[in-house]
Amino acid sequence: MPKAYPTRERIAKVWYKYRLDGFIFILPWIIGTLAFQLGPMINSFILAFTRYDIITPAKFIGIENFKKIFSSDPLFYKSLWNTVYFVTGSVPISVIIGILVAVLLNQRIRGITIYRVLYYLPSVTAGVAVAIVWMSVYDVRYGLINNLLSKLGIQGPSWLGDPSWVMPSLIIMAVWGLIGQRYVIFLAGLQGIPEELYEAAEIDGASSWNKFVSITLPMLTPTIFFSLITGIISAFQSMFTTAYIITNGSGGPLNSAYIYVFHIYRNAYEYYHMGYACALAWILFLIVFILTFIQVKFSGWVHYGG
Amino acid sequence: MSKYEISQGKFAKYGKILLRYIAVSLFAIPFIIPFFWMVTTALKQSEQVFAIPVVWWPKPVEFSNFTKAWNSAPFSVFFKNSLIVTCTSVIGTVFASAFTAYGFARVRFPGRDLLFVFMLATMMIPADVTRIPLYLIFRRLGWINTLKPLIVPSLFGGAFYIFLLRQFFLTIPASLEEAAYIDGCSSFLIFWKIFLPLSKPGLLTVAVFSFLAHWNEFIGPLIYLNSEKKYTISIGLRYFLYEQGGYYNLLMAASTMALLPCLILFVFTQRFFIKGIILTGLKE
Repeated sequence: MPKAYPTRERIAKVWYKYRLDGFIFILPWIIGTLAFQLGPMINSFILAFTRYDIITPAKFIGIENFKKIFSSDPLFYKSLWNTVYFVTGSVPISVIIGILVAVLLNQRIRGITIYRVLYYLPSVTAGVAVAIVWMSVYDVRYGLINNLLSKLGIQGPSWLGDPSWVMPSLIIMAVWGLIGQRYVIFLAGLQGIPEELYEAAEIDGASSWNKFVSITLPMLTPTIFFSLITGIISAFQSMFTTAYIITNGSGGPLNSAYIYVFHIYRNAYEYYHMGYACALAWILFLIVFILTFIQVKFSGWVHYGG
Repeated sequence: MSKYEISQGKFAKYGKILLRYIAVSLFAIPFIIPFFWMVTTALKQSEQVFAIPVVWWPKPVEFSNFTKAWNSAPFSVFFKNSLIVTCTSVIGTVFASAFTAYGFARVRFPGRDLLFVFMLATMMIPADVTRIPLYLIFRRLGWINTLKPLIVPSLFGGAFYIFLLRQFFLTIPASLEEAAYIDGCSSFLIFWKIFLPLSKPGLLTVAVFSFLAHWNEFIGPLIYLNSEKKYTISIGLRYFLYEQGGYYNLLMAASTMALLPCLILFVFTQRFFIKGIILTGLKE
């Protein structure tokens, strides 16, 4: 028996204390989110309907920015297309390879932790340094890839110089950097599959492939769906650093590495078209919002075990 | 079962294990080879960098590339700035996130669950939307070309980190804090004396995530910093890249130095780190 049996007053007192405490505890986040997220969100929404170049005061122009984006900005369509290309390339490939790697790393063999670390290494090394390493790997004459290809008698392309190879190059880099994050999620998914299912299948004489197709994949469907959607959402916003570095800030030959975030960046911080850039950013937000909505709404159709 | 059958079974078993090792090793090559390329190129003499056919193992091993790279740009300044930004941000993020996460995980107050859902929703806001108004605000505050815009926002915690730590706190048994409450401990004391010490793996995971994010950050430093004295390592590397052009060995030496803190940190914390991600099963 506790020393102080909770009386009604005591409960009320503690409850009151809890309330106050709770708000104090979450205060850092409340201040942070008001100052650095919600405030700027509203601000950016208003700016999207103005013309603002920092020097002269912002001028309200209604939906002019959006009209211009859709009717007379070829780079908007170009950058959106590049981004869609990048997303449809990098996300499914990284999910498929992620599942494969997770299956490999789910084996019960000695030293598997070392392999888990190795496969995760690329994911901890994002940024400029990695982009520079890849520039050397992709070098037409002295690079790693073309030297390996020439051993097989294949003349490698000019990865970062040929407009039609720039996006595939970016996709390879992205997939390389994403596998760590992907496999970790699938590994967690794999470890959540009940062992009995496999045992039952073995009794029925199922092959490894059969087990993979009729147990592993269906049980992983929720994880796959989750990975696809969150992968698409983040792919829409990623790769700016790499695209910027490998093209020396130019967007690449024929703007082949000019992704959507690049378009926002250039309008905002190079041209100081702040209102216009905000309008572009809000279109991105809308895309992300719709994708998130799909995820929340439809994550019900996938197969959940148990 | 005959003797023959048993030994065949054994053979098949070892063969299978061997096959597994081969598969998992072969598949790892593409993920590791860029690092191999980076380090070997960093140790090559210039003639070997541009040799055809390609030289796989540098001979002689040119360690001086590292000092050469280090001295051909103010890397000590870049590292110092990156360390300032990263360390203050990490400490701020970990502490503020843990504090908030404890409120969401363990303290009952009206509207808590609604606020929590709201917090999850804020994770969806693209940084590109808020970055422009923040740039304008920081500009007005005179924070351009200072490290403040890179540090201050992270001192209030991050939604993802709060979520991760909340999940972690939820796994700590309630009996511990109940006893403390009955003894008259305040929730602050419980947070400080019970939850923080018990959550080291979770806190470490957040620290590593936040370290990597700040160390590798590019677009923030790119728009806020405009003098060499203030450059962080990512902007410094870009500067070095455009100055050095095709000297791949020096570039790779500089890249190796820039990546080293991340790699070392990860290798030493991976035990907690990978577990921490699996726990929440969510990180993009």
